[in-house]
Amino acid sequence: MTYFIDRRANAKRKSAVNRQRFLDRYRTHIKRSVEEAVNRRSITDMERGEKVSIPTRDISEPVFQHGPGGKRSIIAPGNKEFVEGDRLRRPGGGGGGGGAGEGGASNQGEGMDEFAFTLSREEFLDFVFDGLELPHLERKSLVDLDEVRPVRAGFTREGVPARINIVRSMREAHARRIAMRGPIRRALREAQEALEVEERKDPVLRNPARIEELRAEIERLEKRLEAVPFIDTYDLRYNNLINQPQPSSKAVMFCVMDVSGSMTQAHKDIAKRFFLLLYLFLERNYEKVELVFVRHHTAAKEVDEEEFFYSRETGGTIVSSALTLVDEIIEARYPPTQWNLYVAQASDGDNWDDDSLTCRDLLAKSLMPRLQYFTYVEITPHAHQALWEEYERVEAEYPERFAMRQIVEAGDIYPVFRELFRRRSTQ
Amino acid sequence: MTDRKPIATGSDWNFEILHEFEDEIARLADEYRLDTYPNQIEIITTEQMMDAYASVGMPVGYHHWSFGKQFLAVEQAYRRGQMGLAYELVINSDPCIAYLMEENTLMMQVLVMAHACYGHNSFFKGNYLFRTWTDASSIVDYLLFARRYIAECEERHGVTAVEQLLDACHALQNYGVDRYKRPSPISAEEEARRQKEREAYLQAQVNTLWRTIPERVPSDGERETIAGEGEDPLGLHAGGRYPPEPQENLLYFIEKNAPLLAPWQREVVRIVRKLAQYFYPQRQTQVMNEGWATFWHYTLMNRLFDEGMVDEGLMLEFLQSHTSVVQQPPFDSPHYSGINPYALGFAMFTDIRRICEAPTEEDREWFPDTAGSDWVETLHFAMRNFKDESFIQQFLSPKVIRDLKLFMVIDDDQDEMLEVAAIHDEHGYRRIREALAIQYALSVREPNIQIYSADIRGDRSLTLRHVQDSRRPLARSVYPVMRHLHQLWGFPVKLESMEGEEIVRRYHWPLPEEDKAVE
Repeated sequence: MTYFIDRRANAKRKSAVNRQRFLDRYRTHIKRSVEEAVNRRSITDMERGEKVSIPTRDISEPVFQHGPGGKRSIIAPGNKEFVEGDRLRRPGGGGGGGGAGEGGASNQGEGMDEFAFTLSREEFLDFVFDGLELPHLERKSLVDLDEVRPVRAGFTREGVPARINIVRSMREAHARRIAMRGPIRRALREAQEALEVEERKDPVLRNPARIEELRAEIERLEKRLEAVPFIDTYDLRYNNLINQPQPSSKAVMFCVMDVSGSMTQAHKDIAKRFFLLLYLFLERNYEKVELVFVRHHTAAKEVDEEEFFYSRETGGTIVSSALTLVDEIIEARYPPTQWNLYVAQASDGDNWDDDSLTCRDLLAKSLMPRLQYFTYVEITPHAHQALWEEYERVEAEYPERFAMRQIVEAGDIYPVFRELFRRRSTQ
Repeated sequence: MTDRKPIATGSDWNFEILHEFEDEIARLADEYRLDTYPNQIEIITTEQMMDAYASVGMPVGYHHWSFGKQFLAVEQAYRRGQMGLAYELVINSDPCIAYLMEENTLMMQVLVMAHACYGHNSFFKGNYLFRTWTDASSIVDYLLFARRYIAECEERHGVTAVEQLLDACHALQNYGVDRYKRPSPISAEEEARRQKEREAYLQAQVNTLWRTIPERVPSDGERETIAGEGEDPLGLHAGGRYPPEPQENLLYFIEKNAPLLAPWQREVVRIVRKLAQYFYPQRQTQVMNEGWATFWHYTLMNRLFDEGMVDEGLMLEFLQSHTSVVQQPPFDSPHYSGINPYALGFAMFTDIRRICEAPTEEDREWFPDTAGSDWVETLHFAMRNFKDESFIQQFLSPKVIRDLKLFMVIDDDQDEMLEVAAIHDEHGYRRIREALAIQYALSVREPNIQIYSADIRGDRSLTLRHVQDSRRPLARSVYPVMRHLHQLWGFPVKLESMEGEEIVRRYHWPLPEEDKAVE
């Protein structure tokens, strides 16, 4: 007896639970690998998984085993020149003979120093952003929202043909037919019975007029019965959709960067990595994330990604120009009632002398009230300048939603990022 | 019967073709008196095959991180293209479940059907170890019960608690087997029904053991004083050793005697023990099982070709695949990783057939009973009544030793050189055969460790004894395993390594330094 069963359509990821258990168990190991990977990876390279290795001894499943030493005999195949009594030098490593006795009983992974496997992209990002959260993730409150989403809300009698609910409509029609035909059927049955009684009578006693009358009645009732429509406009039911206000799941991230002469390509690379991390992080929290790139020297300009990162300008720096532009763009395209607004700014800290004060004003008065979060990273090994000091005052004013950190080299990016978005204790 | 009309050509397959081939293979297998369980052949995808691989051949497994580790390893190997033989996975159950991967070629599917559904299947049904130790009809049910029970425990007691318990049990699972006592076959339904009852009963028994001093009066010979002579004038400690006989089944002993385990924990220990028992025959019959299956796929494929049901193209593809399966790289090759059980097993079964059909003078001398007998009958006899160790001892012929050019090396740590003790010559055959058989004996492959005593009247410590074989010490993994054992037992665990009557090494857990630090 043999049965063939096609299981190809069955559930695939049967091992998903076990896999997850493994990842949870070795969380700390994997996190270390992931951190190294984040710092090592090229900038645009977050879109794939990561190969992770864990030292085998840390994940071994110990069992009682023979250790090296003692006396044992090993049988091996492929003798070429040995004869009985030959004495051989021990092969290096002391293992001797390569464990001929195991007979393939060992599992994969054993004997290697590292247990290597691949994390999928999602798993990788899970580890990258593990323990982090967006501050003020509470979505825009419902009152000041004008974003809506259609939601099903029962059935109505009016609607457009596209939304006809066929099952409901047919059920209504069926009920109506039963209701309308019932009395006619009853009358018909009575007439038929009366006719039968009449016809069964002795021919002498029959009343031809009565028979004629009953026949006409039956015919009339049958016609009426047939006239009951199968479906009527009265039966039709439509799916009802109503608009429900929706917390916004859209975010826009403004990347603001200083591209004046003092910013080298190395600075920009660091900034880019930081922006990228923030973008990936936002992407995990919002359904839709838009990016706006604003670069500035003495004047600000909205550009595309390529130009943002790779073109160079020279000249001085006026930071407020960029902030003004961001403000204008928000005004024109991203009403704060519909969008969660994030600004990430990177600079080396240089600014035109008097401009820092303007920046603070602009931030504190105009921008901050509308933003979800503002992060500022200063990429410089040097002492802070006026801009940093002014920003510190903004931070004092908005400690919840304004964050600033200094980055000296590429290795700082991820730690700084983690620090900025560390999950705060709920208080 | 040589009108060449192949059932199908090329590498594409569909269910009708598979059915037709299956019918033909079944007919031929019947000619060779291969007695099998009904086959349940499942077509699955690569990913499902990896799942199946990861759960070490259990069609339904409980959840544990180690299976996840296994899965990641399989996945990695597959990605790197290392995974050979992925086409063969068969489960010792009734009906016998075999997996065919959807991307296999037609040749591969036919090969797997011959190999798994008739080779392995008949081995599972016929071999005495499987008949004695496993109950093919109830294993799937039992696995379901185990999975459900462990999931329930996770809900009740938390995933971590269950995971740690399973870790500890897995470390000892090779010592969860009765080697000599035949277990009564378990029925899964009964198992579930009795489980509740057992919980209560077991706990009561353990309580009794620990609460009272055994009333049995020991005979003089058994009398062993645990405390010093003068310190125990009333003989309170004179109850003899517990257990009176050393116990080889560590998990069984833990399940029945560990003082502090909760009832559900005892049940989990039991589940791991039962599954270890189920896999026990497979660990002892690798060479035979693979050799048997390989011999039959080779024979059946050749018959299919002789009868014209497969064409030359398919046959060439088959031979290429078959050759790589039974390849034995020499010891100095970079590909060498021990003796290939497929190669050795196939060579031996093929040679038994040769000895039956065309014996030489040498064969008549070595195998007087076998030479010239009916080969099908002899092969079945060998399959039914042996395990790797005894099979090699009985049937490894000088010709196979010569063909594989086997040689024996003595590795003695008291000698700075290795010594070639025997090669494939008249003088060496028997010694090589002996040594190879021992190499496959589980009792030699795994250290011999038994429970020696549990100090039920004193500090409740548990003492194990390791009997050294040829002075071979334990690997360092002994410490983590002791730690797991300590978790199960709940009190200090000692292990004594014995060479003859002398204790050469003692292991303790918790480590003595830690003890001092705590006190």
